[in-house]
Amino acid sequence: MIYNWDFSLVFASPDEWLRGAAVTLIYAAATIGGGLLIGLVCGIAMLSRHRVLMSPIHFYVQFFRSTPLLIQIVWFYYALPVIIGINLPAWLAAGLGLTLYMGAFSAEIFRGGIVSIDRGQWQAARALGMLPWQMMRRVILPQATRRMLPPFVNQSILQLKNTSLLSVVAVPDLMYTGSVIVSETFRPLEVYTSLAFVYFVILYPLQRLAMALERRDDV
Amino acid sequence: MSEAARSPEVGGGEPPLVEIRDLKKSYGSVAAVRGVSLTVKRGDAQFIIGPSGCGKSTFLRCINLLEEPSGGSLRVASTTIDFDSGRHLSAREQARFRSDVGMVFQQFHLFPHMTALENVMEGPATVRRMPRKEASEWAASLLAKVGLSDKRDAMPRHLSGGQAQRVAIARALAMSPAVLLLDEVTSALDPELVGEVLAVVRQLTEEGMTMIVVTHEMGFAHEVAHYVAFMDEGRIIECGPPPAVLDNPKSTRLQAFLRRFRTVQP
Repeated sequence: MIYNWDFSLVFASPDEWLRGAAVTLIYAAATIGGGLLIGLVCGIAMLSRHRVLMSPIHFYVQFFRSTPLLIQIVWFYYALPVIIGINLPAWLAAGLGLTLYMGAFSAEIFRGGIVSIDRGQWQAARALGMLPWQMMRRVILPQATRRMLPPFVNQSILQLKNTSLLSVVAVPDLMYTGSVIVSETFRPLEVYTSLAFVYFVILYPLQRLAMALERRDDV
Repeated sequence: MSEAARSPEVGGGEPPLVEIRDLKKSYGSVAAVRGVSLTVKRGDAQFIIGPSGCGKSTFLRCINLLEEPSGGSLRVASTTIDFDSGRHLSAREQARFRSDVGMVFQQFHLFPHMTALENVMEGPATVRRMPRKEASEWAASLLAKVGLSDKRDAMPRHLSGGQAQRVAIARALAMSPAVLLLDEVTSALDPELVGEVLAVVRQLTEEGMTMIVVTHEMGFAHEVAHYVAFMDEGRIIECGPPPAVLDNPKSTRLQAFLRRFRTVQP
C-alpha cells in the first residue's frame, strides 16, 4: 500500500498547536496541584480511626480509582449541572473530574507513604512532645515525600496524558486541536503522528526524572 | 511545668519528683502492668530490672504516655494525671506532658533526614519554639556533653550505634526534661560500643539528672543506681538500694532471675 505522507499541512498554523499545548500544560499543572492538595488531606484523613468521618473519604477514593476517567469527565460535564441545577462551563466541569481523579490516586500514595514510615519515628517525635501536625510536618512527611516522589511523578505523567480526554467536552487542548486540524486538512495520520510526538517531547524529560528519582537510594 | 518545682532543694520536705500509684496497663484481657507504684526523688537514678516480658518496658512507656495506662495515677513535677477517671487526654495535654519527660529508645529512632545537630535542636526549636540560632547553640553544647562535637553535621546513617545513641540522649536532654526515661539503651549495641553510652548515663547520674532506667546491665545497675526495682509478671516484687536488691534478694523469683543472669554473664 502506498501512502504519500505529507506533513506540510500539519504545522501550517503553529499558533494553534502552541495554544493547544498551553491548555494541556495548564490543565495538567492545575489538576495535579489541586489533586495533590486533595490527596494530602484525604490521605492523612484515611489514617484516622474515625469511622463516620472516614467512610465518605474511602468511598470517594475507591470510586474514583475504579471508574474510567472518561466517564467522570463526561459525567461532570453533563450530569452534575442537572443535579445541582447550575450550568458548569466546560473548562470547569472537565477540570473538576480530572482534579478529583488525581486526588483519589494521590490520597492512596500519601497514605501508603505515611504508613511506610517506621513506628519508631512517630514515637520519637511524640516523646519530644510534638503535636500531631508538628510530627507530620517535621518528621513524617519529609521522610515519606522521598518515598512518594517516584509514584507521584508517574501519576503526573499519566495525568498529563489523561488531559487528552478533555477534548470530548470541547476543551481546546492538544488533542482537541489535533482533531480540529484533522477536520481541516483530512490528514489524520500525519496529525496524530505529530501529536504523539508532541506529547512525547513534553513527557520524556519527566520520564527521565522519574527514573533518576527511583535510582536515588538515600534514606 | 512549674519552675518552683524544678528549683534546687528547698529542704527535706520536698515531695518526690515522680509519683506513680497503682499504674495498670492491659491490652484487651492481657494485663502487662498490674498495679505498679513507684516514687522517684529529684536526682535519683531509679533502675528497673526483670525478665523479658515482665512489663518493665511497657511500664516505662506508660510514664510518658506512649502507652495510655488503663488505670492508676501518674505525677511528674506538678502535673498529675488520673487514669481511673476514664477521661482521655487531648493531644495537646499529652504533648505538653511528654515535653517534660525525656525518652531514649533501644533502637535510637533518630530522625534520618536530619543531621545530628538538627536532631538535637528539633525539640527545642519545634516544640519550645526556641529561635533556631539559640537552639543550634544549645544543641551544640549538648553534643559536646556527649562527646560528639565533631559529628554535628553527620547524618544518622553515618553514625555508629554508640554515637547514634549518644545523639539520642542529647536529643532527649535538649528539652530539659524533669525526668529522663531510658529504655534498654544499650541492648541494640555491639558489645564494644556499650561502654561509651553507659559512660554518658553515669555522667548524667553524677550531675543529678532524675532518671528511670530499664536495663539488663546488672553490673552497671549495681554501680550507678540509687534504687533498683525488680519487676516480674507486671508487678514490682522488690525495690531498694542496689546492694539490698542485687546482693541480698529476698524473693525466690529475684534470686532465680539473678542466678540465670550470672550464668550468662561471666
